[in-house]
Amino acid sequence: MASQPDAALNELTTSEYKYGFVSNIEADQAPRGLSEDIVRLISSKKNEPEWMLEWRLKAYRYWLTLKEPTWPNLHYPKINYQDIIYYSAPKPKKILKSMDEVDPEVKKTFEKLGIPLEEQKILAGVAVDAVLDSVSVATTFKKVLNDAGVIFCSFSEAVQHHPDLVRKHLGSVVPYTDNFFAALNAAVFSDGSFAYIPKGVRCPMELSTYFRINAANTGQFERTLIVADDDAYVSYLEGCTAPMRDENQLHAAVVELVAHERAQIKYSTIQNWYPGDKDGKGGIYNFVTKRGICKGADSKISWTQVETGSAITWKYPSCILKGDRSVGEFYSVALANHYQQADTGTKMIHLGKGTTSTIVSKGISAGHGQNTYRGLVKIAKGATGARNYSQCDSLLMGELCGAHTFPYLEVNNTSSQVEHEATTSKIGEDQLFYCRQRGLSTEDAVGMIVNGFCKEVFKELPIEFAVEAHKLLNISLEGSVG
Amino acid sequence: MSLLQIKGLKAGIAGKEILKGIDLTVNAGEVHAIMGPNGSGKSTLSHVLTGRGGYEVTAGQALYEGKDLLAMPPEERAREGVFLAFQYPVEIPGVSNKAFLKAAYNAVRKHRGLSELSAGEFLKYIKEKAKVVQMDPALLNRDVNAGFSGGEKKRNEILQLAVLEPKLCLLDETDSGLDIDALKIVAGGVNAMRSPERGFVVVTHYQRLLDYITPDFVHVLAGGRIVKSGGKELALQLEKEGYSWIPEAVKA
Repeated sequence: MASQPDAALNELTTSEYKYGFVSNIEADQAPRGLSEDIVRLISSKKNEPEWMLEWRLKAYRYWLTLKEPTWPNLHYPKINYQDIIYYSAPKPKKILKSMDEVDPEVKKTFEKLGIPLEEQKILAGVAVDAVLDSVSVATTFKKVLNDAGVIFCSFSEAVQHHPDLVRKHLGSVVPYTDNFFAALNAAVFSDGSFAYIPKGVRCPMELSTYFRINAANTGQFERTLIVADDDAYVSYLEGCTAPMRDENQLHAAVVELVAHERAQIKYSTIQNWYPGDKDGKGGIYNFVTKRGICKGADSKISWTQVETGSAITWKYPSCILKGDRSVGEFYSVALANHYQQADTGTKMIHLGKGTTSTIVSKGISAGHGQNTYRGLVKIAKGATGARNYSQCDSLLMGELCGAHTFPYLEVNNTSSQVEHEATTSKIGEDQLFYCRQRGLSTEDAVGMIVNGFCKEVFKELPIEFAVEAHKLLNISLEGSVG
Repeated sequence: MSLLQIKGLKAGIAGKEILKGIDLTVNAGEVHAIMGPNGSGKSTLSHVLTGRGGYEVTAGQALYEGKDLLAMPPEERAREGVFLAFQYPVEIPGVSNKAFLKAAYNAVRKHRGLSELSAGEFLKYIKEKAKVVQMDPALLNRDVNAGFSGGEKKRNEILQLAVLEPKLCLLDETDSGLDIDALKIVAGGVNAMRSPERGFVVVTHYQRLLDYITPDFVHVLAGGRIVKSGGKELALQLEKEGYSWIPEAVKA
């Protein structure tokens, strides 16, 4: 009898990554490796102004002086940065005038991913900027957004059409000197998304970017910049997938958010990069720097992430709470199944008076997965009356996985309050048997228990994303109970 | 055909034999009480019949409507209509009682070739059932058993029984930890579910529960064997005399 869950497990572990198809799209690629010439090539492909190239080159030269960080609780073979292709773009057959002219193969790819690229899907109310390999392919719903005064376009377009806005904010939250991967991204990023919400505007729809790595041996380095001016509101969704490939692929993105007075930015991510197979072969190395600044008083930045993919995840979406009474939130579900490793968390830097932050982190470890929560709560001397509440819960499935928690607290005044709660639990035989005795399959029971565990985070997601996250978690956990 | 027919069932845990040859037949419409001292194998019997992991069946068989019950995985037994009211109901944080019951009920319906109920239909259905155990509908929105009192947990078990409408109901020490009012409500729920199509096996340490749920048969389980069977008067006799009349050699 005891062997039944195991049998179910074996059957289910063979389930494959659903997004692992490769699209046959002709690509315009740079040769492998990284040099000043490659940086110049990327910049010239994008037809960038001189200041942009200079910034990239500075970043590149700075990167050369840096060493890859070794402090994360992650173990992977050394990355050969000269073996990566830093620029790959779907080759356009001709200059595109409308959606109808997008390469049908590209469209098919996005259809498989369920991306509402077509105009008829306007009802879904999602504006999508789709980034395939390194280049933004199409941005939908431009007109509705234009009418509201919202700028939402690919990063390359923003550089061409809104250079002042880009120049003003680029690197203002995550400077290229920030860390190894941020410097690398600054040097070679080839596209990404840009959004600007003007004063007093509530963005009329959820903005969304879909990232996909398609070409082999390609790194993806996108950069997202979102600026919400005074009293503006925007909710931004980001999703990611990649084909199944035996070799590891590098993804090093940077996201910068700027919230002015009373502005609110809600940033939600569902990260489902290819995690590698059940033996740990292949998968995406995901090294991402995400940070937002609550620049103005009473502003708010909220990060919600569901991290189910990638072989390696290194990611700490953070908030600099500069404006008085500004609010930072971080809600995270991170899953490490099979041989996945995640070292993720957040930094809440309290600078303004009466600033508050909330951290809710749910780590799920299964198989041989290793899940690390790493978080910093820093309260500066001048941040009087600041408050933080942190909750880190870990759920373990099976005997071979691990959960680790590294909370760092730095409190430099006496009027602030910091709370930290942490729990670790195992999906018990008792819970599973109880569910099965009521007629639920092992798979459904695990899904139900895990989704219950994640409920506090899922309720922060926009509804259609929450449904997606729910499904994704179930798929990612298939066969994780032994 | 009998609802449940157990023949020469031997089972144990980690090499230790606990059930040493059980024979028991339960027909639809009957209520059987299984009584016995602590450690006699009462809970083991209900766990083995429902397929809890960790037990090893070494001999004998259990037929449910003529089918080999022990060969089915636990969820299939449940879907076929075997229900266990747990002695210690389990908490599932973050999952609402309602959502849990809906998933369970639809799994059972699907197995029976019925269509799944929509959220609205299910809500109506479950509210009716909640009345059977006098359950505050607010408990339907709370997480499964999380923060429930002992009485609320047991009532929740009977609510699940009422919702899933099983054919064979095993009640494992459902009276333990209940005050007299809660006991009456739980017993009332069980009595409401008694029907000619349904059989009950009520495992209990005390006669008290049987004041409210009148059994057709009473069996005394001791040392992994049924040592005595009789009508409801046997329970009263046990209440008076205790288990001291069972020879020590049998209990071991």
